[in-house]
Amino acid sequence: MYGSGMMKGFGVTIRNLFRKPVTVQYPEEKVRQSSRFRGQEFSWFEDRCTGCASCAKYCPLGIIRIVTSPSDRHKQDGADFNIDVFDIDQARCMYCGLCVEACPYDALHMGTNFEGAQLRRQDLVITVDVLRKRAKHPSTWYRPQLERQDFDPYKQEADMQTVAREPYYWHPKRPAMLPESARKEATADGEYK
Amino acid sequence: MTLHTQPVVVNIGPHHPSTHGVFRMRLTFDGENIVDVEPVVGYLHRGTEKLAEERHYTQVITLTDRLDYVASMTNNEAYVLSCERLVGLEAPERGKYLRVIAAELQRIVSHLIGTGFFLQDLGAFATPLMYCMRERERILDLFEMLCGARITVSYMRIGGVFQDAPDEFWPALRKLLDELPRYIDELEGLITTNEIVLARTKGVSPVTPEQAINGSWTGPVLRSTGVDWDLRKAAPYDAYDKVAFDVVVGENGDNYDRYLVRIREIRESIRIVEQCVKQIEPGPVRATTAMLFKPPPGEAYVPVEAPKGELGFYLVSDGSIKPYRCHIRAPSFINLSLLREMMVGWKMSDAIVSLGSLDFNMGEVDR
Amino acid sequence: MGDLLRENTLYGNIYDWAIGIVGEDLAWLAYTVAVMAIILLVVNAFLAMGTLYTWAERRIIGRFQSRVGPNRVGPFGLLQAIADAVKLLFKEDIVPRAADRIVFNLAPIAMLAPSVMALAVIPFGQTSYLANLNIGLLYLIATSGIASLAVMMAGYASSNRYAMFGAMRAVAMLISYEIPLVMVLLAVALLAGSMSLVDVMTSQAIPFLLVTPLGAIIFFLAISAELNRSPFDITEAESELIAGYLTEYSGMKFGVFYLAEFANVLLAGAIFSTLFLGGWPWWTPLSHVWFLVKVMAFAFIAIWVRSTIPRFRIDQIMVIAWKVLFPLSLVNVAAIAIEVVAWPERTLPQLVIMGIINWGITAVATVAVTRAWRASNGLRVSPSARAVRLEVG
Repeated sequence: MYGSGMMKGFGVTIRNLFRKPVTVQYPEEKVRQSSRFRGQEFSWFEDRCTGCASCAKYCPLGIIRIVTSPSDRHKQDGADFNIDVFDIDQARCMYCGLCVEACPYDALHMGTNFEGAQLRRQDLVITVDVLRKRAKHPSTWYRPQLERQDFDPYKQEADMQTVAREPYYWHPKRPAMLPESARKEATADGEYK
Repeated sequence: MTLHTQPVVVNIGPHHPSTHGVFRMRLTFDGENIVDVEPVVGYLHRGTEKLAEERHYTQVITLTDRLDYVASMTNNEAYVLSCERLVGLEAPERGKYLRVIAAELQRIVSHLIGTGFFLQDLGAFATPLMYCMRERERILDLFEMLCGARITVSYMRIGGVFQDAPDEFWPALRKLLDELPRYIDELEGLITTNEIVLARTKGVSPVTPEQAINGSWTGPVLRSTGVDWDLRKAAPYDAYDKVAFDVVVGENGDNYDRYLVRIREIRESIRIVEQCVKQIEPGPVRATTAMLFKPPPGEAYVPVEAPKGELGFYLVSDGSIKPYRCHIRAPSFINLSLLREMMVGWKMSDAIVSLGSLDFNMGEVDR
Repeated sequence: MGDLLRENTLYGNIYDWAIGIVGEDLAWLAYTVAVMAIILLVVNAFLAMGTLYTWAERRIIGRFQSRVGPNRVGPFGLLQAIADAVKLLFKEDIVPRAADRIVFNLAPIAMLAPSVMALAVIPFGQTSYLANLNIGLLYLIATSGIASLAVMMAGYASSNRYAMFGAMRAVAMLISYEIPLVMVLLAVALLAGSMSLVDVMTSQAIPFLLVTPLGAIIFFLAISAELNRSPFDITEAESELIAGYLTEYSGMKFGVFYLAEFANVLLAGAIFSTLFLGGWPWWTPLSHVWFLVKVMAFAFIAIWVRSTIPRFRIDQIMVIAWKVLFPLSLVNVAAIAIEVVAWPERTLPQLVIMGIINWGITAVATVAVTRAWRASNGLRVSPSARAVRLEVG
């Protein structure tokens, strides 16, 4: 019969009329994000940072600016740097996380926020004071040590020891250093030729 | 007495609610019939290929996300496969399966968006669009669990996938796979047998297989004309040779078949993901590579079956950490080559609907 | 003065009160006061319901689409329409330089005026009609014809290619669909025995929806086309020509068009419920409420149709008007004319017999339309893509 297809369509829509709407009424409710969310408000642990500026070199947009000066700490291990300037320009940051991937010392982590809008462009640049003082809720993106501890960045804060890394748990050359539970997953395969 | 008429040129401009981005067409009308089509592209050109020459290989992955912004995973996959071909690297097994899962979920997302906007152009007042978006949200939540971002994912890296899936991913994926077929059935019930959709799209803008092959069409639009060519079967990459699926082929190559091929491909993608979930084994997900990937001089081109067609990155390397040349074979741009054959002779409403059925994306067309 | 209005109790009360104040010599003053009071009440109620209907439509379409409609402005978003109106008032009133100013300014008025004028004959409840015109149906047809003129005025005066396109399409559609509409109204007048709307209503021992289903369906489709609503909303297809004949209108002129369009839906609902659903007589103590329920039912169906099905192309709309609805409406008129001659008293059992015959005619018509549709383009309802099984590996 002409119109039977349309009747089926009417049935679909009337069924959806009686379903609960899927809208999340922001700002009263917020969508629950995963703990790997690559958000704003980077978490930076100054005690772990050596000023190597790998993050600045790896950033595709070149928005991280690091100025260091020599210090007297850890002279026997090669002397850290004092971090004088550590600017991240959030106006152009695309939250790709390559800086976090590059950091060899687990000093820089992605944050969890997405509501960091400011009224002026100058306020969007995160300076080193902000990074020092801010509460640290590192996202578990590229930080398997945090995931193994079931760290929930929306409920907990992290300190220097929480983010300390065990060896790359997927690195096939060092399975012996892994805890027993993770050793099975790191069986070697795929060599770099 | 002859009535003198004059064809009128109407500009369906870059600012338009339904040109799928900033696409401009200058249509010449004789009354309501289209006589000529002149597409003008370039309003979204961002210089991706030139920018790729300034960044090293891992940084280019973030550029590739933004090409076809609706289907980022397959863009990443295409680029990363070409990089791996430059050094002859292969990803570990688990990495391959995760890549296939991510790519197929992305295919579902892209086809849902294509279908939703196709119906929006038909005039169904956003209802099918909202249903498609509702399902898409669930898949994007899965992507957020995997890699922290929903649209510009940067999930793949050279040598495999970036990070293994977290523990909460697999139950959520299971739940989605159980519920999605029912929603696709509902969506089909709303659209596939609707008489108005049939009247508006069946037999409109047909394309023959010879025209399609001569016009270098690839992807679902090629398969809708009757040519069964799918890169996942013809030149399998990743784990596609280990999963069983059908290639959906249409008959006439009209708007209706293009829409139908996409809906059926969603079901095939669900099948593929189910098989991957069964077959995946624990293991490493990423082969070891240096942090700054430095391939020997050479060139590589590995095409993948993106949701819009055949996507490939032609990489030329000169031995440094940055690509010497990165050319992108964008399927949407090449699928626009048959615009004149598709549109001339039909009415203006059909022109908009044909554009919708082609499902192109300006991020890819203009790069 | 104003004998035609005497049946309206409100008019009668105000007139007597005013006559008591000013005396018989200034009867025209009493008449003016009474009439103005009624106009104030009716027109304001109508326009207020129109704005409320915009809110209802947005909320209900939202629920059809699994989302919530506007719910921020005021409790449940009820003041959203007021917010829209205020916004439109603040906008700059742009008149294009090449536009024909007089026609451009008159078009919105010409769009809203007919809907308000048509309220004069519609019975809202017991003794709540303005005038029991004995040519009520003819009056309705005449006023609704002005709306198509307003569309043409808007499109022409905008001196914009898109607007002209849209207006041409719209006018072609509107005048084509007036013919089945008039035929259906003719059939209803035959059934009721008079053109007065009050008589039509009181003669519905069972609602005419059951007596002449074909007429009701044709009426629904034709009035959807007259209202520019889905599936015939080609004139305001945003995905095609921005806004068609409304492209150049901004500010409150656009607001008036918008309001006229939504208020027309309520007017069409009122007409439909008068003609086919039996108006108010079923529940006379709360007759106004019952009438409103019926209008809202029509409005809900209109919203449901709008949110579900896509729109037709303009040549398909013409085909439907001339090749489907017009012959069917002629068949409807012929059938009802024969039945009315055969059973002239129109008592309840006779109406039931007529209804049974008409349902049979509707079934035959449906089958005929389906056959014709399938034969014309060989369409089969089952889709055509097949999946090819390729060997793995």
